[in-house]
Amino acid sequence: MRAIFLAGAALIATPAMAQDHGDHSGHAGHAQHQDHSAHQQAEEAEAGAETDHSTHQAMDHSAHEMAAEQDHAQMDHSGHEGMNHGAMDHSEMDHSQMDHGAMDHSQHGQMDHSQMNHGGMDAEIPSGPPPAEAFEGPAHAADEIWGEDAMVAARGYNRATHGNARFGVIFGERFEARIGEGHDEYLWDLSGWYGTGTEKVVFKSEGEGEFGGGVDDAELQLLWGHAIGPWFDLQAGVRLDVEPETTAHLAVGVSGLAPYMIHVDAAVFLSDEGDLTARVEAEHDMRLTQQLVLQPRIEFDLAAQDIPERGVAAGLVQAELGARLRYEFVPEFAPYIGVEYESAFGGTADIIRAAGEDPGGFVFLVGLRTWF
Amino acid sequence: MSNGKIISPALSRRTLLKGTGALAAAGLAIPAWARGQSLSHARNGFGEVSGESIDLTIDNHHFTTGGRSGHAIAVNGSVPGPLIRLREGQDVTLNVTNNLDEDSSIHWHGLLLPFQFDGVPGVSFPGIKPGETFQYRFPIRQNGTYWWHSHSGLQEQAGHYGPLVIDAAEPDPRYDRDLVVLLSEFTPRHPHEIARMLAVGEHYFNRSMQTVGDGSMSLEDRLMWGAMRMNPRDISDVTASTYTYLINGHGPADDLQFQFQPGERIRLRIINGSAMTFFNVRIPGVPMTVIAADGIDVDDVEVDEFQIGVAETYDVIVTPPDGSHALVAEAMDRSGMGVASLTSHAGHRATPPPLREPVNLTMVDMGMGGMDHGGMDHGAMGHDMSGESDMAMDHNMRDTSLLPPDVEVNAGVDMVSPMPMDRMDFPGLGLDTVDHRVLRYTDLRARRANPHRMPTRQLEIHLTGNMERYMWSFDGRQFSAVTDDPIRFAYDERVRVKLVNDTMMAHPIHLHGHFFELVNGADHTHQPLKHTVVVQPGGTATFDLTANEPGDWAFHCHLLYHMHAGMMQTVTVRPFPIEGEG
Repeated sequence: MRAIFLAGAALIATPAMAQDHGDHSGHAGHAQHQDHSAHQQAEEAEAGAETDHSTHQAMDHSAHEMAAEQDHAQMDHSGHEGMNHGAMDHSEMDHSQMDHGAMDHSQHGQMDHSQMNHGGMDAEIPSGPPPAEAFEGPAHAADEIWGEDAMVAARGYNRATHGNARFGVIFGERFEARIGEGHDEYLWDLSGWYGTGTEKVVFKSEGEGEFGGGVDDAELQLLWGHAIGPWFDLQAGVRLDVEPETTAHLAVGVSGLAPYMIHVDAAVFLSDEGDLTARVEAEHDMRLTQQLVLQPRIEFDLAAQDIPERGVAAGLVQAELGARLRYEFVPEFAPYIGVEYESAFGGTADIIRAAGEDPGGFVFLVGLRTWF
Repeated sequence: MSNGKIISPALSRRTLLKGTGALAAAGLAIPAWARGQSLSHARNGFGEVSGESIDLTIDNHHFTTGGRSGHAIAVNGSVPGPLIRLREGQDVTLNVTNNLDEDSSIHWHGLLLPFQFDGVPGVSFPGIKPGETFQYRFPIRQNGTYWWHSHSGLQEQAGHYGPLVIDAAEPDPRYDRDLVVLLSEFTPRHPHEIARMLAVGEHYFNRSMQTVGDGSMSLEDRLMWGAMRMNPRDISDVTASTYTYLINGHGPADDLQFQFQPGERIRLRIINGSAMTFFNVRIPGVPMTVIAADGIDVDDVEVDEFQIGVAETYDVIVTPPDGSHALVAEAMDRSGMGVASLTSHAGHRATPPPLREPVNLTMVDMGMGGMDHGGMDHGAMGHDMSGESDMAMDHNMRDTSLLPPDVEVNAGVDMVSPMPMDRMDFPGLGLDTVDHRVLRYTDLRARRANPHRMPTRQLEIHLTGNMERYMWSFDGRQFSAVTDDPIRFAYDERVRVKLVNDTMMAHPIHLHGHFFELVNGADHTHQPLKHTVVVQPGGTATFDLTANEPGDWAFHCHLLYHMHAGMMQTVTVRPFPIEGEG
């Protein structure tokens, strides 16, 4: 199969200009092309006599009729590397006669792309380390001219200004009023980081309370974020709950961008009481115009065990499903309106119902997303 | 100097700057210009300096164009700094005085010179300290259109750049009038703030993001882009949302005019001295004959439009008819343009064409160029190919097994082009679909033959990055990690270097102190010489380099914030010094 695909690839996918042989008449002096006649003979022997290789010299492949009976599987296209595909006009080729039905494109994944000559690389030119002279002389030529002391400082400056620069940002993702039946609440969701592209100090704070009442919930997290791939950071650190009662947690989670541009933030928490809980948040920005953005958002809270003092039962504790429509006057300043459905589940819902309250309901949201 | 000292108006401005420099050194991190002290306005546009001895002074200034105004770093009081006009064969001494409160430098972009005068702090010299005057001395071995700029931090963005023209030793009869057209940007934002926004704010400057109702792409293709966590409108990192595009220091509102007499052959020396912007250059109705690329003559090519990458230069000859013609430098992402009038009637302003619609990146820009079976009759092949996305979906966009072993796989590499192809024939994003003549690298052919020598070694360098984290690198390693690990060449070694772009942005890759030959299909002795080559998204570009300039040289992406984010490495040519030479 691979041989068949390589054959196809050499004929079809060899890019124009991939090989520097635009003008063979001008290449007479090139050692690697001098033996072109021998090259052709080798090909003819392998590819069969139907193909008229005399046309190779002019590189007019439009005249190079691919007969259906030609057995591509037998063609050794490795020999083509020195050939002039640059002038091949594939658009003129009559591929309808080619038996591509037998080509198994499911094999793409196993293709050895490194073996393919994708342009400019001449197999005749060796790869490998530079000659020994390239390693001679001073490590830094400028040290010879300006002195090592002066250059060491300047190289330090280079390291500092060409990669791994440290930046910081504070995101006020949600500052909102939550207007529900009978009780109006406020919520904040703030985070920030300082660090490089791969190592960051992260803080997060979330909390809510009732207008006119006290703060019901308030937490602060201080985490170290370390890149574990192109899109995700591992975050580990501590979480401190200030309300409803002071509780410390160890926190471990991941944060990043999932396929389809979904921002995911998921973490597990182990409290100083030994309680294990988890939280998963996901959101996606749908740009309606350049300034109007609809953001669906979902959040799950889970518990590994009952936590009676917090009215939490093991399992899925609660979920929130919401959508926020924001208008970015500037990207840093975007007021929004939204709606969210939040509901407790399982045992937690039972506890709420037992207290005579409704475990689920809609809230309307008015808020501000800001960052700086 | 104490913090409480009252600065007397009798002090010269230079003394004042030195004083504030001392304050900054004493622990106040706020630069002078940010402390509300009034700075003189830099002139828009530039004067000319020439001769054997040239003095240049770097100062903080204020700059205004159109409705935008802010801090600038000006050289000899103007943005851009002065046109340095030299003659082939002369010697030049350039005395550069740094009146900033931070280190500075000047790199002579495209000049062949002893490496210690190349002007890259940490590579070629220590840099120019505040208050210090540094003397550059070198012979002028070439002619053509070049430019100069700071190589310290992000100063280039703030205005620290200017044109450099070297007249040929022999008279050049090809033109009657000679004009410099230096393209750049101005932003009122501090460059460090732009760097921060790029690192923390996803697509902060992009106002051409794809919207839900945008019909320019099928749902299927959208899903494919989404699945790969890539943005098909990720064309320019920084856009007209903060940039005003300048021609010779003048924004569109400044109404810059170039006058000519009908019938004159005008040589336009077009220099892309911007920090981050590729421009589409055209003069509607006036064909342009390209005569030089990156300062070196090429065989004439007549085009109607060309895209110029950051740090490239093209010289064109135009013979406009009587009237007023708009000289348009449209940003590649089409968020804005620089405009000037080329007019035979003093005071007449040409009407520029409207901005064209932004374009989307394509599958080829994702490095699936090798899979573009364009022109084939897919139906007859028995394939069920309902769209580009099918093929893309099957492909892992980060198959790190495709990378050579010397590429470091890490979080800073978010993509590996599955099937990168040579894109020397691509005229630049958006110019492949216009219905007039555009310039391609494959059109360039050296006017003077180069010595015929086949390379003895080939080298592959991968351009790598992570859009989300804003990390950029060569072979997965940011410059901060490899300042002591250069790319090594032996003196006079001839090497074929293939650049493989594993990102979806075009990168203008610049090698200091040398000209390399583009492997563009021209016969071997007429491969065009360049100092900067644009490697198209998901594609490859190959050049032949004869490493015949001993010393240490910078090699980097000329998108300023990409270089700042790590896409740079030192190139060493050894032995050094060459025996028998200084």
